[in-house]
Amino acid sequence: MSNAQTPVLEIAGLSIALPGGGDRARAVDDVSLSVAAGEIVCVVGESGSGKSVTAFSVMGLLAKALKPVAGAIKLEGEDLLTATPQRLRALRGDRMAMIFQEPMTALNPVLTIGDQIEEVLRIHTDLGPAERRAQVLAMLESMRLPEPERMHASYPHQISGGQRQRVMIAAALILDPALLIADEPTTALDVTTQAQILRLIKDMQSRRGTGVLFITHDFGVVAEIADRVVVMEKGRVVEQGPAADILTHPQHPYTQMLIAAVPSLKPADRKPALGPLALETVGLAKTYGSKTLFSKARIVHAAKDVAIRVRRGETVGIVGESGSGKTTVARCVARLMPPSEGSILVPDIDIAKLSEGRLRPYRRKIQVVFQDPFRSLNPRRTVGASIVEGPMNFGLGAKEAMQRARDLMALVGLQPNALERYPHQFSGGQRQRIAIARALAMEPEILIADEAVSALDVSVQKQVLALLADVQERFNLAILFITHDLRVAAQICDRIVVMEKGVIVEQGATAQVFSAPAHAYTRALIEAAPGRDFATGLAAVDAVQA
Amino acid sequence: MLGYILRRLLATIPVLVIVAVLVFLMLRLTPGDPAAVIAGDNATTEQIALIRNRLGLDQPILAQFAIWAGNLFQGNLGESFFFKKPIGELIVGRIEPTLSLAFATMLIAISVAIPLGVLAAYKHGSWIDRVVMGFSVLGFSVPVFVIGYALIYVFAITLGWFPVQGYQPLSGGFGGFLQRLVLPAVTLSVIYIALIARMTRASVLEVLNEDYIRTARAKGQVERKILFRHALKNAAVPIVTVVGIGIALLIGGVVVTESVFSIPGLGRLTVDAVLARDYPTIQAVILLFSGVYVGINLLIDLAYSLFDPRIRY
Repeated sequence: MSNAQTPVLEIAGLSIALPGGGDRARAVDDVSLSVAAGEIVCVVGESGSGKSVTAFSVMGLLAKALKPVAGAIKLEGEDLLTATPQRLRALRGDRMAMIFQEPMTALNPVLTIGDQIEEVLRIHTDLGPAERRAQVLAMLESMRLPEPERMHASYPHQISGGQRQRVMIAAALILDPALLIADEPTTALDVTTQAQILRLIKDMQSRRGTGVLFITHDFGVVAEIADRVVVMEKGRVVEQGPAADILTHPQHPYTQMLIAAVPSLKPADRKPALGPLALETVGLAKTYGSKTLFSKARIVHAAKDVAIRVRRGETVGIVGESGSGKTTVARCVARLMPPSEGSILVPDIDIAKLSEGRLRPYRRKIQVVFQDPFRSLNPRRTVGASIVEGPMNFGLGAKEAMQRARDLMALVGLQPNALERYPHQFSGGQRQRIAIARALAMEPEILIADEAVSALDVSVQKQVLALLADVQERFNLAILFITHDLRVAAQICDRIVVMEKGVIVEQGATAQVFSAPAHAYTRALIEAAPGRDFATGLAAVDAVQA
Repeated sequence: MLGYILRRLLATIPVLVIVAVLVFLMLRLTPGDPAAVIAGDNATTEQIALIRNRLGLDQPILAQFAIWAGNLFQGNLGESFFFKKPIGELIVGRIEPTLSLAFATMLIAISVAIPLGVLAAYKHGSWIDRVVMGFSVLGFSVPVFVIGYALIYVFAITLGWFPVQGYQPLSGGFGGFLQRLVLPAVTLSVIYIALIARMTRASVLEVLNEDYIRTARAKGQVERKILFRHALKNAAVPIVTVVGIGIALLIGGVVVTESVFSIPGLGRLTVDAVLARDYPTIQAVILLFSGVYVGINLLIDLAYSLFDPRIRY
């Protein structure tokens, strides 16, 4: 282990100016924090809190528009803000390394895995090709990646998301840096993969004595790995201290709010919905691929034999990891894609095979709220134009449609003048409210929420979930809620459908699925949820005892 | 991959058949009589009729096509009306200057344009970027013959560094060959430099915003390698596409350049054949050009998978 006296990283009074016209003068304002060798420090905050800017300023990778104006960043005692670009380059990859949120885009798609890890050795060492290769293979091995030889020659698109992140970690740690900066490294991964990667990071850093600065928005992840926590809000540090203290006795109101907003894994009490059946799928299936003249048949079952029922006033959650087929089911039900087999009853007519013309009246009844409200709203049309388009397609007059849009704005908690503005003028949470208003304008009976709150900060997520619950009650909606987040599912769903590889492996009342999961996959999902002990209060006890 | 290449080659056959039919028809239906051109201004009607009979032009069009297609099928391109030689021989004799010119042009264009484009993208928004883009606009807008004559005036007539025009085969010595090739190749390359530099800049600029570029910086990589190792290979697909299209256009472009610089290549052959209403030669040359186009397109598609491992056929 390195010298325990000097922290690996020390940030003192760091301020970074934002270019004019932003919502505040400084992206980061008077931030001080330190990371000791062998320590994991989590920086937590919502989007726009300045946590990523802080991380990038350490690496010297800030966008040109952002300039540090005060303070110091010291890596093993050496000031980085006054270092020359050459010196910074020499330190990057050698003494400090970074891994990123999106392992697919963070790796160069046209270079092999081995090549990209070896690059670090080529830049910073004089090792020969054979030695480099041997080191990389050993590193791949220690990352528990299967068949290191084959992995070495693979391209990023040929391996899974979790494997890609392992490759990133391998490249980051191969020269044993003193500091590893991890910027939301597990946010884009499935829960079971996330659990593995967190374990790997923890394992590697404790074995090598690396100091880790871990950026996250997820208190579950914090509970899982942090030694110390730094909470940031709007560019300032509002609270920092040992993880156990912050998680169990948060002092600052912002921290308290953030922790309180994390949905619990313990299912909420919900009255059973007894409304009439609104949607039923029978033997729904979607297959891709077909035999062509020149290639052999390669058929993928994206969804197979899916049977779900949703009542009016009921929320049914479909949970599963990427590739489980949950989004495929949602898209088939909304007839955004034609199912290959089976029927979709709404509730007395089968819309699975209806022609586009005959389907049209039923389109109105099923509406979808998508994951990314920024991409699902047309950036060149005003919010009002987006909302009234649907109802007017179904014959509502312009005036009435506009009036309905104004009423809906009030309902989702936005000002009526929002209708004249464009999507980019709103925050993520506001855009999702608009997307919900757009769906409601059609007066649907069935609302499909496809990862509708996954891209939102917890505090905003909580508000949007409350809004969904509110409109459900008001309009007696049947909601099909697609999510990968078990915490959210536990809070909002009456019943849960668990999907794996295109098949339903388990379904039942939420409380039952969480308390007595019948299928091994469901158990694995629940176990992988980060900070699950923290959520049920066990971590608090453990922490106090420790 | 091999199956893909085979399928693509098979698919060229109908393309070439359609080209052959269209070319044949167009030539026969346009005004002008090759027999009259060959016979000269003072020929009598009988003489012209005799020539027409000898060339087979008095037969019905369908019969003429059948004869031509039959010969073609046996690899016989026919005999030129005007040059009185087998066309295969004519083409072989003219192909070296054209290929040399095309090759030299593309070599100059690629080796100048790609570094320029990468530099402009890297220095995005700076004066370097503006100069490169300004040059690019200029390269697009000035016609080839103007550049050609301007270069001849400056470098051949005023400075005397290069001969005004003409061609020397490679067999006559590399120095002389190169000396006569430089001006026409530079002339032709200007527009391709403009085109490729512009595409390279746009493509690299987009790639430079990608996350893996940030990753490369986080590894401590130097900017030059980030640009040429990480960015350029990712930006390659659109660049390869314009280079390919450039080569195809170039074949058409040589007609003008070879005329300006008096180079006895395929371009000149085409011009001469058209002026003489030399049907068989025109047909053969156009068929050859379309075959080259199709071949280049295939090569472009294959090059994609070379640069991007995600593309597989």
